[in-house]
Amino acid sequence: MLRLLWVGWVMHMKMLTRSAFNFWLGIVYPLFFATAAFFMFQSGDDPKPLLYASLGAAVMGIWGATSTAAGAALARERWTGTLELLVTAPAHFALILLPVTIAMATIGIYSMISTLVWGRLVFGIELEVGDPLAFVLAVPATVVSIGALGFLLAVAFVRFRQAWALGNMLEYPVWLVSGFLVPLTLFPDWVRPISWALAPTWGISAIRGAALGGSPYGDIALALSLGAGYTLAGILLLERALRTARVKASLSLS
Amino acid sequence: MSNTAPESRVPRGARGNAGTRFRRAGRTAGQGRAALRVFFVGGRISYRALFNWISPVMYVTTMLGSPLFQILFFTYLGRYAGSRSDDFFIVGNAVQVSAMAGIYGMVMGIANERQFGTLTPLLATPANRLAVFAGRALPNIVNGLVVSSFGFAASWLLLDFSPDAASLPALAFVVVVTVVSCTALGMLIGSIGLRARDVFFAANLVYFLMLLFCGVNVDVDSLPGWMEAIGRSVPLTHGIEAARRVVEGATLGDVRGLIVTEALIGIAYAVAAYVLFRFFEAESRRRASLETF
Repeated sequence: MLRLLWVGWVMHMKMLTRSAFNFWLGIVYPLFFATAAFFMFQSGDDPKPLLYASLGAAVMGIWGATSTAAGAALARERWTGTLELLVTAPAHFALILLPVTIAMATIGIYSMISTLVWGRLVFGIELEVGDPLAFVLAVPATVVSIGALGFLLAVAFVRFRQAWALGNMLEYPVWLVSGFLVPLTLFPDWVRPISWALAPTWGISAIRGAALGGSPYGDIALALSLGAGYTLAGILLLERALRTARVKASLSLS
Repeated sequence: MSNTAPESRVPRGARGNAGTRFRRAGRTAGQGRAALRVFFVGGRISYRALFNWISPVMYVTTMLGSPLFQILFFTYLGRYAGSRSDDFFIVGNAVQVSAMAGIYGMVMGIANERQFGTLTPLLATPANRLAVFAGRALPNIVNGLVVSSFGFAASWLLLDFSPDAASLPALAFVVVVTVVSCTALGMLIGSIGLRARDVFFAANLVYFLMLLFCGVNVDVDSLPGWMEAIGRSVPLTHGIEAARRVVEGATLGDVRGLIVTEALIGIAYAVAAYVLFRFFEAESRRRASLETF
C-alpha cells in the first residue's frame, strides 16, 4: 500500500513538473496575490507585519495548485480513457487517487518558495523561523492535509462533468475563511465553524506559529487529523460513487 | 415637361454611369447587410460555439461565483489592511471582473477557431473580416456587463455597498466604456492566439496582471513609477478611477477626461487587434500554417 502511494505520488509529480503551464502558473500566479497583499499591507493606516502576509500568500499557492486540479482529477482520467482501467485494477481506487491530489498540493511548494523569495527580494521580508523543527513538520503536514482535502473534493465532484470549475470557484473562499491573509476574527461568527473544519486553517496557523511564535504542534496535529478525516470521508464517498457507477454503467458517462 | 424624369435628359453615357452607380450602391448595400448579419448572427453563433463556459453550471461557477468571491476576498483583505474604504475595493473589483468576459471570452472567441479546427473554413469565406472580428466582441461585452452588474448587486447585498441612486446611470456608462475597452484588449490577445500556441496562459497572465497594474486594489498613484506607467497605458485603469469618482459623487462631466482616455485606449487596442488579426491571416496563408501548432 505504501509503495503504491509512493509510486503514484512520484509519477504524478513527474507529470506535473513536465507541464510548463502548471510550472509557470504555479510560480507566477500566487505572486500576483502576494504582491497585491504586500502593497495593501504597506499602504494601510497601521502597516501590518509583511511576514504575516508573506506566509499566508505562500500557503495560498498550495491550495491554489490543488483546488482546480483536484476538481478535474477524475474528469481527466475520464477524458484519457484510463478511469475504467484504474477502477478495475486490484488496488483500491482511493490508493490511486490520493497520491494524485497530494502531488498536486506538493506542486504548491513551488509557489510557496517563489512567494517567500519574491517577498525577500522585492519587499525585503526576512523569513525568521522561531521553531525550525515545527516549521519543517508544519509544511508537509499542511501539504498532505490540503492534498487530502483535494481528494475529498475530487470524489465529491465525481458526477460533475465540469468539476474543475467548481474547484476553481472554491479557491477564493478557502483562501478567505482559512485566514491566510485575513484574521478569522474579522468574519461573522457563523464563518468560524467552517474555518475550523478546514485543514488549511490549521496548516497556516501551524506555519505561522512555527515562524512567528505560537503553538504549532497542536495545529499540526489538527491539520493531520482533519486530513485523515477527509481521506476517510473520501473513501466512503468513493465506494458509494463507484458502486452506483457500476450498477448504472455510467462510470465514463458523467 | 416639368414632370419629365431627370434621367431622361442626361446623355446616354452618363445614364450608363448612373446605372453603374446604382448597381454599385445596391451591391454596397447588400454587402453592408451581409456584414451586419455576419456581425450580429455570426457573433452570436460564434459565442455559442466557442465560449467554453456557456453551460449554466460553468457560467454560474466561473463567471459569477469566482468574481463574487474575488470581491469578497479583496474587500475583507482591504478591511484588515486598513488602506481604503470598502467602496474602493468593491468598485475596483466589480469593474475588473468584467475582464473575465472581455479577456477570456474574446480569447476563446478568436483563438478557439484554431483550436477547434474551424479557422480554415472561416477564413475561406468571403465574409467581411471586420464584421467577423468585431461581431465576436458584442456577446462578450454584454457578458462583461452582466458579470460586473452582478458584482455590484452582490456587493450591495453582502457588503452594504450603497452608492447614491443618482450616480447609477453615470456608473453604468463608465462600466460600459470600460467593458468595451477591456474587450478590445481581449481581442488583441485573441489575435495573438492565431499564431501563439498557448494563448490561454497569456490570457491568465494578463487578467491577473490587471489586478496589480490597473489600480484594482492599490491606488495607481502609489505604485512604483514603471508600474503606474504600464497601468495607465492599458484598459481598465482609467475606467476604475472614473467609476470610483462617480460613486463618490462626481458627475460624468467631472470624469470626462478619464472616460475619453479609457475609450481612446480601447480604440487603440481594438485597431491593433484587427491589424494583427489581418496580419496573421495573411501570414498564415502565405506560409500555409493556418492551423499548425
